[in-house]
Amino acid sequence: MSTIALQNETTAPAEDRIRWRPIYAALLAGGIWLALSALAARLPDAAEFGYTNEFAIVAGLIGVALAIGSIGGDRTGPLAARLRSWSPWLILLGSFLFVWELATAKRLWLPMPFFPPPQAIAEVFVDDYARLFDSVWHSAFLLAGGYLIGAAVGFVSGVAIGWSKAVGYWAHPILRFIGPLPATAWLPLAFFIFPTSWSASTFLVALATGFPVTVLTWSGIAGVNKAYYDVARTLGASNRFLILKVAIPAALPHVFVGLFMGLGGSFAVLVVAEMLGVKSGLGWYLQWAQGWAAYANMYAALLVMAIACSGLITLLFRIRDWLLSWQKGLVQW
Amino acid sequence: MVSVVATHGSASRAEAPPLGGAASPALDLSGVSQAFALDGRPLPVLEDVSLSAAPGEFVALLGPSGCGKSTLLRLVAGLDLPVAGDVLVRGKAVTGPDPSRILVFQDPTLFPWRTVFDNVALGLEAQGRLRRDRGQVDEALALVGLGEFAGAYPHQLSGGMAQRVSLARALVNDPDLLLLDEPLGKLDSLTRIAMQAELVKLWQESGFTALLVTHDVEEALILAQRVIVFSDRPARIQAEIRNDLPYPRHRDHPRIVELRREVLTLLGLGES
Repeated sequence: MSTIALQNETTAPAEDRIRWRPIYAALLAGGIWLALSALAARLPDAAEFGYTNEFAIVAGLIGVALAIGSIGGDRTGPLAARLRSWSPWLILLGSFLFVWELATAKRLWLPMPFFPPPQAIAEVFVDDYARLFDSVWHSAFLLAGGYLIGAAVGFVSGVAIGWSKAVGYWAHPILRFIGPLPATAWLPLAFFIFPTSWSASTFLVALATGFPVTVLTWSGIAGVNKAYYDVARTLGASNRFLILKVAIPAALPHVFVGLFMGLGGSFAVLVVAEMLGVKSGLGWYLQWAQGWAAYANMYAALLVMAIACSGLITLLFRIRDWLLSWQKGLVQW
Repeated sequence: MVSVVATHGSASRAEAPPLGGAASPALDLSGVSQAFALDGRPLPVLEDVSLSAAPGEFVALLGPSGCGKSTLLRLVAGLDLPVAGDVLVRGKAVTGPDPSRILVFQDPTLFPWRTVFDNVALGLEAQGRLRRDRGQVDEALALVGLGEFAGAYPHQLSGGMAQRVSLARALVNDPDLLLLDEPLGKLDSLTRIAMQAELVKLWQESGFTALLVTHDVEEALILAQRVIVFSDRPARIQAEIRNDLPYPRHRDHPRIVELRREVLTLLGLGES
């Protein structure tokens, strides 16, 4: 509270000076994007590529927007603050696209068709969005099913192993023996045991998720400070209360580590399963694009995959931050 | 600040405790022994301990660190069972924990994922009467002066505040017997002195029987009506000292100074 008040006080006189000073970094970024636009529009393509003009127009619009943003308007508002913080990345991105465009479409320094120009990848999004969207949908469906089953089973068995000595006695050796096996090793077996490739893949994703969630939930439950149980017991807590209101909340930070590890593992298994068995999804799309030497499609699919995976990790972080808001010093994603 | 207590009208109770006068004492230990296994060999920690406390009495158990006093509290709380002897509370044998006997630990052991309010509400929630007795939580928080911190998380509290919350968590259950295991042991000396006065006040207002484990001679003499001095492990009762000084007590009172010397001599520290 007091620190904010202090900041306002000190920045108040400086505000007038800052208000009309251009954001130089954003100005530079705008210049680079305009140069990219000029490069795409003015220099003829060295080979046949579609959408070069559209690409130039979009880059030009971004450049103009950045230039306007850096000079016009209030320099103290939240939008300007965001622009200021993003400018270095916009400079880097613009420069990267400039070099890429030059090295591919304009000069063919990089071998075709392995390195398509940026507009070719944009073209995929425009022309093949239906198939891409369908792939994303199928992957998401498969991943969600497998991950949720794996996380739920892993969580429940982790709690059971951590809580009950009898369950631990039987589960521990099995977990130690089979758990470290990579889920992908089960792939051939899964595809002939399960009736459909979809159920086989769901099983594999669940397996990849379940193991880390089980182990970390278990270690979380086992590591709960015994004094918490003493406190709750003297206050009249039943066993059920001890599990639900003491053990599980105390173990939750560990559970989330397991959920993160499981999510990473499930991505890997999902892609492999789709490449080898399932006839849909992003993994299948990658494989298909490579088969047709449609490298632009492959890059596009990789980009979509990166956005989707990063989005899911972000979502999991949000859920964790919400559930574990009581913790001090959480890692910010 | 403690002089306020006198106006609460319970000061008379503190002067004349009905020691042994009641039909069944609040607490009665007879011939209690306890041992743990250490590297396969039994390690005796309590040996043939017998003591009793009258309802509403404040008894301090004083002894060197690690002599088994805390073990005794755990037995009374019902968290452990003795290898020999009987632990009776109000004439009934202790077989397990019960919210009428609450242990306050040296560490506040607040649940970090719960707010101050939810920590204090823990007992009521566990006993399934939170919905009905919600108001008691606010009362308990007000009693320890932390009403404004109901929504705070434990990591936002100072050591003294956290220990107050843990006292409120115990008091909200309106216990007959409050077992205090060096509850002020980890506080700085200033907070400690303030909390000693608060503890006396809470005891006088609430009417519970208090059993305090401490290794601070002065704390025992300031707080308790009876100080039971333990020997080193295995703990045996060495002496029992009555202190009938009225509350609030001052640590420079000649009687306190005299008793302190007496106790220190019993503990083999008479020279220092």
